[in-house]
Amino acid sequence: MAFGPFLFLALLEGTVMAAVLALTAIGLSLVFGVMRVVNVAHGEFFMLGAVTAWFVTHYLPFPPAIGWLAALLIAPLVVGAIAWLADVFVLKRLKYDPEATIVATIGLLYILQQTALTFYGPDARPVEPPFNLRLQFPWFGYSGYKLFVVLAAGLILLGVWAFMTRTKAGLVMRATQVDMETARAFGINVDRVYAGTFALGAALAAAAAVLIVPIQQAHYLMGHDPLLLSFIVVIIGGLGSLRGTLVAALIIGLSDGVISMFFSPTLAKIIATLLVALVLVFRPQGLFGAKT
Amino acid sequence: MAALMEAKGLTRHFGGLRAVDGVDFRLQQGEIHALIGPNGAGKTTFVSLLSGRIPVQSGTITLADEDITRLPAHARVKKGIAYTFQITSVYPRLTVFDNVALAAQSAGALGLEAQVAAALAQVNLAGFGGELAGNLSYGHQRLLEVAMGLALKPRILILDEPTQGLAAGEIEGFKTLVRSLVPATTVLLIEHNMDVVMDLATQITVLNFGKVLATGAPDAIRSNPEVQNAYLGGGDDAEG
Amino acid sequence: MSLSAKPLALHLGLIAVLFAAQFMLPSYHATNVSRIMVLSVFAMGYNIAFGYTGLLSLGHALFFAAGMYGMGLPIWTLGWAPVPALIAGLVAGGALAGLVGLLALRTAGVSFMIVTLMFAQAGYLTLLYLNTHTGGDEGFVVDSAARMIAGFDLSTDTPRYMAALILFAIAMLICLWLVRSPFGRVMVAMRENEERSRMLGYNPFRVKLTALVISGLYAGMAGAAYGMLFGYVGATFATIQYSILPMLYVLLGGAGTVIGPFLGALLMFYLIDIASGYTTAYLFVVGAALVVLVLFAPKGILGTIRERGLKWLP
Repeated sequence: MAFGPFLFLALLEGTVMAAVLALTAIGLSLVFGVMRVVNVAHGEFFMLGAVTAWFVTHYLPFPPAIGWLAALLIAPLVVGAIAWLADVFVLKRLKYDPEATIVATIGLLYILQQTALTFYGPDARPVEPPFNLRLQFPWFGYSGYKLFVVLAAGLILLGVWAFMTRTKAGLVMRATQVDMETARAFGINVDRVYAGTFALGAALAAAAAVLIVPIQQAHYLMGHDPLLLSFIVVIIGGLGSLRGTLVAALIIGLSDGVISMFFSPTLAKIIATLLVALVLVFRPQGLFGAKT
Repeated sequence: MAALMEAKGLTRHFGGLRAVDGVDFRLQQGEIHALIGPNGAGKTTFVSLLSGRIPVQSGTITLADEDITRLPAHARVKKGIAYTFQITSVYPRLTVFDNVALAAQSAGALGLEAQVAAALAQVNLAGFGGELAGNLSYGHQRLLEVAMGLALKPRILILDEPTQGLAAGEIEGFKTLVRSLVPATTVLLIEHNMDVVMDLATQITVLNFGKVLATGAPDAIRSNPEVQNAYLGGGDDAEG
Repeated sequence: MSLSAKPLALHLGLIAVLFAAQFMLPSYHATNVSRIMVLSVFAMGYNIAFGYTGLLSLGHALFFAAGMYGMGLPIWTLGWAPVPALIAGLVAGGALAGLVGLLALRTAGVSFMIVTLMFAQAGYLTLLYLNTHTGGDEGFVVDSAARMIAGFDLSTDTPRYMAALILFAIAMLICLWLVRSPFGRVMVAMRENEERSRMLGYNPFRVKLTALVISGLYAGMAGAAYGMLFGYVGATFATIQYSILPMLYVLLGGAGTVIGPFLGALLMFYLIDIASGYTTAYLFVVGAALVVLVLFAPKGILGTIRERGLKWLP
């Protein structure tokens, strides 16, 4: 294959990756922005989303398309509920102390991951895509479902944006983000906002996982990479900035796709992790955030 | 006489607020120099510039003719400028001994135990060494703060509202203590209690809106009409 | 006088008990305790940074692995003798901690945690990436000829136990001395209130960097000893899990106590060991322990005991 088509393929793969990454990272970013909590267990919510999708499609007697749709509804709800409980029983009791919550979410990471190992097992299992469509380009064929993933992720992100800017709940969340004390003084139930934000962040990760699971199998250790990449995206985009997160997801997703195609994926990750460390040291507001 | 410490054109603005605005200031060896002015006059910001807690925007600071404007705070402490905090800032979870020892060992002298004992005795806290600093009464914590300043063996001791929260008897003891420090140590004092100021100070500088309104001996300051107008007779919380 | 005699007696007593234990423990448990002693040295180093200086690092696996590879690679590729190799491991741990510290200590709190995490992750990936030089995922076995020191074969039970005990004893006594020294006081002051300490004339960056390098030396030495005593060097030891474990040991035993890391390592090691007999998901206990500790006993076992009465506990 010539260089041009090869690059085109890399960009396609990168776009799919960027879309899923944006969805995952926006959840992490939302949680950090509103609650100032660095959620190390975010990748496990992603994994739980994929695993739940497998359970749903495997045990419900629906055809693949309906089963997958059911998973897209059920997995975020289940994972969001788990996150809600984690917030109420753990994070809230720590009074959201930044360092203590990191330690606690590390604990949560192991608990969720090992629970999945117990009930789901160590095997990677596939979920059937809702439809099989192959798009034929002049140089290669490409999965139509992958492009559908990009579309779906975009729609969900649009939904998140509308929720944050157009609904009362979104307004309340943004008010809490700006000033928690004042929000409380105005009668906002901050506890519920926090629990809801944590659940929403987890649900977005789960939704991203349901999108990706027909392409990539469900496995109890699959949360590691999305966690690392979301961290990278959120930090480079500027902690807590949703717009920055989107831009960074696009850049990291595309460049990761391209670099991984032409060089080693490991090298791409080394560069990305070092970049994150250096950004935090020298430009803590993120590459795209404005200095305040 | 050459000043021990001198500031020229010292400026620090916070956004639109001119907290310190072109202040010239001289501190002579061995004096007790009081810094007074209404709330928000820029006193704490000014001494924070001197001690290096806040970086200077423009102007210069010299200590015994050496330019220290760009020196970080900890290096200024090593050069002999000690700052005691306005809001008591001891280490509550460490013992009184450890609190003072941290200051004494920073000054680097030998015989840590003796140094600590001496500093505690100076502020009448002898025998409190084993207590957790957080368990002391507020007044005692203020004195501990002063003892930490003393244990640094400073050339200039900056005291930010040291008598706030002290009982009347403790204030008398404090005045005796400050008098005993000079002339070996030079004292720069921010103080709201006018009786303490008039009683102790050999020199007074009045700040208002970030600028020097007047500077001089206590009697001159007392009779300065501008000062009376802006501050002493202003009827605000000058006696607070 | 009694104030400093009691702690010394306690720590020497622990060393004596561990010395006696090797004659009573069956081989399986003796090997476990050897591992625990070496891992305690790692945790002691972590404690110097986290427990005493307040630097919550998520990247100490990097320094442990630096020690392990710093020891193992010269033996593997250059045929070094064991003693210089161990020293190389020690130095590698300290040097890498210094390097990371120079950058990471420009941040604090959550950022510091993430920066150290990212550096450690980059280090782990680098080990994988350079697999032709490092053995990659599979790692390599340390040549048994290079595990002989002064005629003692460190791959056999008794010399291995004694070597681990000597290392543990030296590390603990140095730690005890350090935290009771003037510098130890400054480390604690930095943890308690950095701004106040600055106004007492201490350069926060320099104090924290020094503490981190000491911490890295401990981690490096522990990594080197672990590779030497148990004969294997591998990238697993550079994973995030090996940054979490010392944190867990310290949290469990009691941050800011000298014996805490050992106590935590001992309990956690056996907890994991027992759990792994029942389920493959034995790491569940790691997660559960972290959550329970941070919720209900943030001071750990010895920290709580110290608060409730034994004030002299260092």
